[in-house]
Amino acid sequence: MSQPILATRGLTRRFGGLVAVGDVSLELHKGRLHALLGPNGAGKSTFINLLSGELEPSGGSITLRGEEISRWTPDRRSRAGLGRSYQRTSVFLDLTVHENCRLAAQSRLPRGWNVLQNAYASFSVREATQASLEAAGLPVHDLRLASALSHGERRQLEIAMVLATRPEVLLLDEPLAGMGSEEAIRIIELLRTLAPSHAILLVEHDMDAVFALADVITVMVNGQVLESGPPDQIRQSPAVRRAYLGDEEGHR
Amino acid sequence: MALPGEPATRRPWAILAAGLALALFPLLDSPFYLELITKVMILAIFAMSLDLLVGITGLVSLGHAAYFGIGAYVLALRTPRYDPASFWTTLPLAVGLSALAAFLVGIFVVRVKSTYFIMATLAFAQMFYFLFHDTEFGRGSDGITMNFKPAAAIGDLQVFDFGNPRTTYFVALGALALVLGFLRFLLGSPFGRALRGIKANEQRMRSLGFRTYHYKLASFTLAGALAGLAGYLSALQYGYVNPELLSWHQSGNVLLMVILGGPGTFTGAALGAFGFALLQEVFQAATLRWQLLLGATIVLLVLFVPGGLASLRARFRAALVGGPRP
Repeated sequence: MSQPILATRGLTRRFGGLVAVGDVSLELHKGRLHALLGPNGAGKSTFINLLSGELEPSGGSITLRGEEISRWTPDRRSRAGLGRSYQRTSVFLDLTVHENCRLAAQSRLPRGWNVLQNAYASFSVREATQASLEAAGLPVHDLRLASALSHGERRQLEIAMVLATRPEVLLLDEPLAGMGSEEAIRIIELLRTLAPSHAILLVEHDMDAVFALADVITVMVNGQVLESGPPDQIRQSPAVRRAYLGDEEGHR
Repeated sequence: MALPGEPATRRPWAILAAGLALALFPLLDSPFYLELITKVMILAIFAMSLDLLVGITGLVSLGHAAYFGIGAYVLALRTPRYDPASFWTTLPLAVGLSALAAFLVGIFVVRVKSTYFIMATLAFAQMFYFLFHDTEFGRGSDGITMNFKPAAAIGDLQVFDFGNPRTTYFVALGALALVLGFLRFLLGSPFGRALRGIKANEQRMRSLGFRTYHYKLASFTLAGALAGLAGYLSALQYGYVNPELLSWHQSGNVLLMVILGGPGTFTGAALGAFGFALLQEVFQAATLRWQLLLGATIVLLVLFVPGGLASLRARFRAALVGGPRP
């Protein structure tokens, strides 16, 4: 078994008396798409926030290539190769689409401090910007303000921005939510092409997409891991059926 | 030509025309207005330095006068009783010490957000105010009168004769042009772009890998340095400093200039400084209660022209030929 890129051991986060994430151990490997399922409130987004550094864990460890990172700031984790997208779109609304992506690509520039250079001078930044916009299915020279985009387009931009930072690990929080079916298919195709060269954690409610894409599926309920395994095992698991898949009234 | 990702917001003609008008103004030979406009150009530099924080980085400081005052006091304290100080050494010293003060304050204040940031900058500014107001070193509330203007000599040649108000005028104009040029250039640099990103959404900038704390600290330091430059020029113009230069009234006034002009464009801040001074002159001539009128006017402008004076052109264009309103 290969060495995991990102791994958690007993990761726990409490909010007062509530255990939002309890004792979750999980491994992300390069070339593997790991999907995280669970009803609303299961702690999926909290888990991603713990991995990306937006929340501090109450207990447990997070290691990146064997190195403990659970006290690292979000920016340091990003520079180390973690890229995340947000469930609630979090783009720069008063900047253009192109600038949103360019800024994301600029974060990889070794001399971001430079005030004596034009922001468009860097070839690598231009290239990463174009490639990521193209991959997410947006026009390459999109000069609309991000605030003028439709909800689905903002979701695409959200993903383009993550890609522009050229991450090794992708933490995607419901990337397909709110997208039109055409765009969703495009992003699913994109994830398929990214999977072999990245470690991906995908939180998603679209079951068809999850079962079509995932190599491993972990099901969370009430902050705990209910079951983890290949899609076939999850599909046939009685516990999962009871707690989640069969519970048609429980969620939309 | 607009670069990809950047709407055409540059207005070189308007800026060049304004610069030309300012350059030709001394031909009118009016000592009163020469002095007034020198003062306003210096305030414009001050306002632009604050705009870097307010309009670009999204940090609303209510203590920016501290760095203006430090720049001014450096010249006053470095001017010997019986000799002029050297322009070449005191200017970098003033800018450097203002930057240093801003850096040290920034280490603490850029950690906090919004209201707390306002309170923290105000608190530090009050500390500097009382440092000059209540100590032997700062010569107390009476301030310091300089017996000499600084001398700017290279060898035997006097490059600038600051005894001549026109020289001071043109030095202030030159400084204004340099600072405006520098700041607008900075806006197009990766650093300036990152500051805008921080203003728009700091959390996202962090998740994209930016050390936002360092960027904000750099911005705060740079703004302090430029405020120090303005303060130095102000002390040079009047040959006199007092602690009121660092007072929170002064911090409030410069913030009003930025708001009046429209934050985020630098030219707006400069325009705001001119507008503020113009209103002040007009109302002062008309009534003793000029501050009431000035306040009311600014409230109305903020209510009805949210983009500030800088947005007026686009508003007129939108009204005349149609098109996007700002």
